[in-house]
Amino acid sequence: MERKVNQKAWFLVLPVVLIVCFSALIPLMTVVNYAFQDTFGGNEFFWAGLVWFEDILNSSRFHDALWRQFLFSGLILLIEIPLGVVVALSMPRRGLGVPICLVLMALPLLIPWNVVGTIWQIFGRVDIGLLGWAVNSLGISYNYTTDPLSAWVTVVLMDVWHWTSLVVLLAYAGLRSIPEAYYQAARIDGASRWAVFRHIQLPKIRRVLVIAILLRFMDSFMIYTEPFVVTGGGPGSATSFLSVDLVKIAIGQFDLGRAAAMSIIYFLIILALSWVFYTVMTAKRRDDMEVGQ
Amino acid sequence: MARIELKNLAHSYLDRPRDEADYALKEMTHVWEDGGAYALLGPSGCGKTTLLNIISGLLVPTQGQVLFDGRDMTREPPEARNIAQVFQFPVIYDSMSVYDNLAFPLRNRKFQATEVDRRVREVAEMLDLTDRLKRRAENLTADMKQKISLGRGLVRPDVNAILFDEPLTVIDPHMKWLLRGQLKQLHKDFNHTMVYVTHDQTEALTFADKVVVMYEGEVVQIGTPEELFEKPAHTFVGYFIGSPGMNVLDCRLEGRQAWLGEHKLDLLAGHHVPAALGDKVQLGIRPEFVTVTRPEEGLPARLERVDDVGRYRIARLTLNDQAVAAILPEGSELPSDTAGVRFEPSHLHVYMDGHLSEGGA
Repeated sequence: MERKVNQKAWFLVLPVVLIVCFSALIPLMTVVNYAFQDTFGGNEFFWAGLVWFEDILNSSRFHDALWRQFLFSGLILLIEIPLGVVVALSMPRRGLGVPICLVLMALPLLIPWNVVGTIWQIFGRVDIGLLGWAVNSLGISYNYTTDPLSAWVTVVLMDVWHWTSLVVLLAYAGLRSIPEAYYQAARIDGASRWAVFRHIQLPKIRRVLVIAILLRFMDSFMIYTEPFVVTGGGPGSATSFLSVDLVKIAIGQFDLGRAAAMSIIYFLIILALSWVFYTVMTAKRRDDMEVGQ
Repeated sequence: MARIELKNLAHSYLDRPRDEADYALKEMTHVWEDGGAYALLGPSGCGKTTLLNIISGLLVPTQGQVLFDGRDMTREPPEARNIAQVFQFPVIYDSMSVYDNLAFPLRNRKFQATEVDRRVREVAEMLDLTDRLKRRAENLTADMKQKISLGRGLVRPDVNAILFDEPLTVIDPHMKWLLRGQLKQLHKDFNHTMVYVTHDQTEALTFADKVVVMYEGEVVQIGTPEELFEKPAHTFVGYFIGSPGMNVLDCRLEGRQAWLGEHKLDLLAGHHVPAALGDKVQLGIRPEFVTVTRPEEGLPARLERVDDVGRYRIARLTLNDQAVAAILPEGSELPSDTAGVRFEPSHLHVYMDGHLSEGGA
């Protein structure tokens, strides 16, 4: 039978190609364009090669921002993941409590980023904010505009308040999908509460936790709005995370080449780390692996 | 090992049960002898699993008591009852090896490591799992997983009773026979009290010394397989057990005579006819005891068809608009369309509202 070549199918993928071009490819290429060239305005470009990249990779300012970023993401993962699981475990499994808890949990997620920032900005103020005023009247010195530690505590606390719910909801969904028979079997086998968590609940919610960790990592690594609203990256540059710093370079200093190079490095770091997280956490364990005994 | 007593036990899943119909388990009082092998037989949704979960302590009954060797255990949790239970679908601990899965119930009860090892290897040997002991349990097939569940039920040497909730549902038929035989053997060797829930009569009859037949939340009969066959206490037992099931015919009683339409049957002295008849009077006779004759030799019936099921043939007849099945002896001559049926009187039972009418009842 003669094979008929039909190229019309290409037209069917055309819409997708166009959307991807306009939403991802063209903007990205614009950034690449700036990263390898220099411009003084007027649409005139000069080839710069790897100059901007070398510049960024050697700047201590970038290193500092990067470490701050890692510290921030690490901290919020360490707090939000266990906390989210604990909250999910203690949520009711049936009855009127379920919808009430779910709505309460969903509320922080529905608030826009800049509003969250504003809430905490006021909440933490030492003069009129409940938190700032209360902490200070307890004799603890707290002021996020002058003290780096206070600023960090505020930003981390704000993120925990805003995003732990996401982990809770994911973990709760995972827990709900465990058949009742597992708990019954565990009771028959005389398993302790800890053993039930360790051997039934945790393995069963492992997959959703992977997703939770990935989402929280990527999101926190790109955090911008909240710290910008609350601390503006300060005091000094104490809370200048990568995005905050990037915007300062791009818009504050109008240093487009350096900002573009930094964007690309930033993007590659997130991509690489997400890939590492994902591979490590979903790695299929070797079947013949010798465990326990 | 223990003697299990159920006293006035009843259970409803509702908070405030109003009438009979709200109860998943109707009031019952029974004794399960120490070391007995019982099968709980009944259709889906008749309360078998509910009863099992009450015995193991997963459920607290709405009323009544559960006694182990005379001790009230009604409100004790499963951990305190020292009971093993195997569920219908495999429950395994994914993150553990097969070995650790089997050792789990023993380790939770602080058994000596050497004892744990000995028991795990014994059970693994019995279930043919020895060469997989070190593998992770997660990626095994469903029937392999169910064997692990089964193993966890069998691994503890000192249990009061082992409860099986349709444990062989996911196992393929060939393996089913093998495992059932092994369970039976295990019962002979260790004499644990065993309760085996199933809706498969063959499974129940081969496994158990005593079969407990349940129907709509009630225990309708407890008996040996022979008793269930010979003298079904309820029309449900009659047609649930046996293949084909018992013939149940509506009739009218006048004195010691039963009328099927205009046809008359004399009852034997052994048949009990209560003074007050029930709303529904029925005769029951197993197809094994129905003989197909020439029209003039029995009650006139019409032969509808003959089913050949391999080992024997079943004649399907209608007698006075009611269906009657008869098992034909091998090599017997097929009667023509119009035939007669004869019931063996000693195997004929009278039922009042479904229940066997017996002297003194």
